[in-house]
Amino acid sequence: MKKTAVIVDYGVGNLRSVARAVVACGWDPVLAVDASGVDKAERIILPGVGAFASCVEALTAHGLKAPVMRAMDDGRPILGICVGMQMLLDKSEEFGDHAGLGRIAGRVAAIPRGGADGTPHKIPHIGWSPLQPAGAGWADTIFEGVEPGSACYFVHSFSAMPERADVKLAVCDYNGVEICAALRSGNLYGVQFHPEKSGPVGLKIIANFLSMPKA
Amino acid sequence: MGDRRVRLIARLDVKAPNLIKGIHLEGLRKIGDPAEFALKYYEQGIDEILYMDIVASLYQRNSLGDIVTATTENVFIPITVGGGIRSLADVEKMMRCGADKVALNTAVVRRPELITEIASRFGSQCMVLSIEAKQSGPGPGRWEVYVDNGREHTGFDVVDWARRAVDLGAGEVLVTSVDREGTRKGFDVALTRAVADAVPVPVIASGGMGSAGHLSEVVRAGHADAVAMADILHYNRIGLPEIRTAAAGDGIGVRRI
Repeated sequence: MKKTAVIVDYGVGNLRSVARAVVACGWDPVLAVDASGVDKAERIILPGVGAFASCVEALTAHGLKAPVMRAMDDGRPILGICVGMQMLLDKSEEFGDHAGLGRIAGRVAAIPRGGADGTPHKIPHIGWSPLQPAGAGWADTIFEGVEPGSACYFVHSFSAMPERADVKLAVCDYNGVEICAALRSGNLYGVQFHPEKSGPVGLKIIANFLSMPKA
Repeated sequence: MGDRRVRLIARLDVKAPNLIKGIHLEGLRKIGDPAEFALKYYEQGIDEILYMDIVASLYQRNSLGDIVTATTENVFIPITVGGGIRSLADVEKMMRCGADKVALNTAVVRRPELITEIASRFGSQCMVLSIEAKQSGPGPGRWEVYVDNGREHTGFDVVDWARRAVDLGAGEVLVTSVDREGTRKGFDVALTRAVADAVPVPVIASGGMGSAGHLSEVVRAGHADAVAMADILHYNRIGLPEIRTAAAGDGIGVRRI
């Protein structure tokens, strides 16, 4: 029997691609629309697109915030994608201050409008950016076996600013601005890019996540 | 200067169930199964797929939605869908089929507030403004917005409309030169540059690519953030790996495969 991975379904975004990516990794995707679905899950993917506040509100309104927090406390591996990663932090400054799930100290702030050398660049940051290891490196993480410099697909205007540098797992460069591309804190993983839209490299990262042991 | 990368996008114009290609968006020829072409380009390392339904068949049988669903079975890169999308319900339908972004032209020309409605519901990153542009007026440097596959004019100035649409919430602008589309004579560099310099969001150049050099030209002189290519790929005139290598050789930042 195939092992199942739960995708938290609170009514935002394109979950079909995440589900197809889980299938491509040899797992069975199950969409959880209520608490019981999340409570049973051994591997949890928390997607998120659009505005931060509307994602947190929708997660709460669907009764899924509490079970997701329970899973975090329980040590079950969780992967937040894009706004799903941003929600792990304390708060976001997108359209005013909004509280997140508060499991990683820090905030989510707008990507600076200009590069390190003052040259302007386009926002949103859309495209394939090469990832570089940060913090303690990639051994025994979701990036195990991924070659540094491999590119993944980003589309975002805000990015995570964790307080502690050691939770950063990967970074990328956008016109001289360092973007936090991935986070890890114990059993919590977050990626700013879309692994389900990042070709074979993205699938590898998802497969690695699915094989992470319970903390 | 940091690491700026240009996206290479395969544009597949669709008259379901077929991939088609025309000249100036007219005179259409059937080429094959769009999902098969999309899979081939994915395997060759294209950065994104853009489907344009030229007959707006959203709610017919065997429509673009089915093609998107078939594509997302095994293609794991961003997919943008345009053609016939008129409402939030249409956007939701395409997202459910597996699309990541929608591209709108006619519907938002008729009702610009729809841009804001889509952006606030699904995020700006999902809302691509599609502009079909034709050179207008005496002298260069002016372009007019067309709808219905370049057939009907609107009186909108392209640059003004792009600015306004971005203010309303468009997260990306696809600029198709109807004059160049299908001609292989190269992109309308001045048009692309006029839009790219006017808006703070990424701009995709579309229409006219006939050689790898055209790509470098529209990036360097036209300030394009992404390049859409159609028949150059469909007829395999130049392979995607060769296009990527040529661009990198010209100093254009592209994804390393």
